[in-house]
Amino acid sequence: MSGNEIVTDVVIIGAGPVGLFAVFELGLVDLKCQVIDILDRAGGQCAELYPEKPIYDIPAFPEISGQGLTDNLMKQIQPFGAEFHFSQMVANVEKLEDGTFRLTTDAGEVFITKVVVIAAGGGSFQPKRPPVEDVEQYEGKSVFYAVRKMEDFRDQDIVIVGGGDSALDWTLNLEPLARSLTLVHRRDQFRGHADSVNKMRALVEEGRINFITGQLGRLEGENGQLKEVYLKTAGGELGVPATRLLPFFGLTMKLGPVADWGLDLHDNALIKVDTEKFETSEPGIFAIGDINWYPGKLKLILSGFHEGALMAQAAKKIVHPDQKVIFQYTTSSTQLQKKLGVA
Amino acid sequence: MRIFVTDQDGTEHELEALEGWRVMEVIRDWGLNIKAECGGSCACATCHVFVDAEWQDKLNPPTDEEEDMLDTVADYEANSRLSCQILMSEELDGLKVTLADSARQDEAA
Ligand SMILES: Cc1cc2nc3c(=O)[nH]c(=O)nc-3n(C[C@H](O)[C@H](O)[C@H](O)COP(=O)(O)OP(=O)(O)OC[C@H]3O[C@@H](n4cnc5c(N)ncnc54)[C@H](O)[C@@H]3O)c2cc1C
Ligand code: FES
Repeated sequence: MSGNEIVTDVVIIGAGPVGLFAVFELGLVDLKCQVIDILDRAGGQCAELYPEKPIYDIPAFPEISGQGLTDNLMKQIQPFGAEFHFSQMVANVEKLEDGTFRLTTDAGEVFITKVVVIAAGGGSFQPKRPPVEDVEQYEGKSVFYAVRKMEDFRDQDIVIVGGGDSALDWTLNLEPLARSLTLVHRRDQFRGHADSVNKMRALVEEGRINFITGQLGRLEGENGQLKEVYLKTAGGELGVPATRLLPFFGLTMKLGPVADWGLDLHDNALIKVDTEKFETSEPGIFAIGDINWYPGKLKLILSGFHEGALMAQAAKKIVHPDQKVIFQYTTSSTQLQKKLGVA
Repeated sequence: MRIFVTDQDGTEHELEALEGWRVMEVIRDWGLNIKAECGGSCACATCHVFVDAEWQDKLNPPTDEEEDMLDTVADYEANSRLSCQILMSEELDGLKVTLADSARQDEAA
């Protein structure tokens, strides 16, 4: 734990499209935001599941890609200087005696805030775990789903499984450090950038790495220390020495800790809110976007944006109960335009 | 029109299917254990099924996009398909598939 608490008006959990637009709406009413996401970048589902696919139902954008929408939102909220805290998950939310909230992340960051906005969408993104027996016992010791410290991989026998950019990038990055490196993929075709594929193939040709077409079968080791992985290949089972295993099968969404915060839920998965303020059963905690539920809810980006606008009005009253909120348009209000840096 | 779906626990279900629906949608509609996180956009691979041997050749071959998504399932087999990419038609009446572990709602592996 750092011991340094970040004190703010609003903490937004989730940097998906809805969390991002909430920064804008809260900014217009002068509230400062801290945004936390378990991913290492903004965009939520748009950036993670369909960055290249076009979306057709964002008002005034006949067509825009998931990444394009994310980039535009980041540009739109820039004047409000929200601070982003990536690669960490909000694990705990607790109400303090003075009515403020204390949030803690799994990276040990602590936030004190008057308002919490849960924009956690379909839940937190987590790596897909291979269905291999006992894999849990090796996780964090010799099986990793991401590389945090390259040094942990020096002089190790590394096996990387997958056919996308993460698998290829880490093959290229870790090769110089590794004692041995084996890349395993189910077919001899890769989804990654052509340049990375070419570089990888060159390393195979020089005999600096092995490439095996096959799949992860079983693991062998003791006390979390991996010794060997066994692969299923066309020619039968094949053992490869391995002290580090990196499976890269992409990400999937899990509800995660949100379910344990004592809020009223719908179907054990979605957070119940009212449709006036999008507040949860806990005053001061709001839920907007795909994570919430109310009669008639549509899981659309458009709906999440609308919810953010109403939430911001209510959040303002909590943070500055003595200030009157005057409804204004961005087109005509010089005050709002000043905030946006255009007047 | 019907399809036969064996769930992750080995129980076979006979499901009514409608022409033009995706097999994923039929399975989800009947409440079986399928995550189908992306709603059928070929972007998540959490609708992974194994197709019965006798039906494999009757399906349209997977597109490159589907093959790419199949790379992200760790329990791939030669008869793996994404059920959201299989469109129901008369010819598929009686189709038999088995839900993969990686399609589980609770623990999308
Ligand atoms: C393939 C596909 C196509 C789609 N097409 C459309 C379309 O055409 N039009 C449309 O309107 N919608 C579409 N959608 C739906 C749309 O993407 C969602 O409605 C939208 O992303 C919801 O935004 P959100 O910000 O609420 O949540 P998300 O985008 O899910 O973002 C939530 C974020 O919160 C983070 N998070 C969750 N829990 C925690 C935690 N405890 N700590 C830290 N971070 C956390 C997650 O990592 C994630 O980044 C599509 C979805 C998919 C998958
Ligand atoms: S539902 Fe996502 S790929 Fe089929």
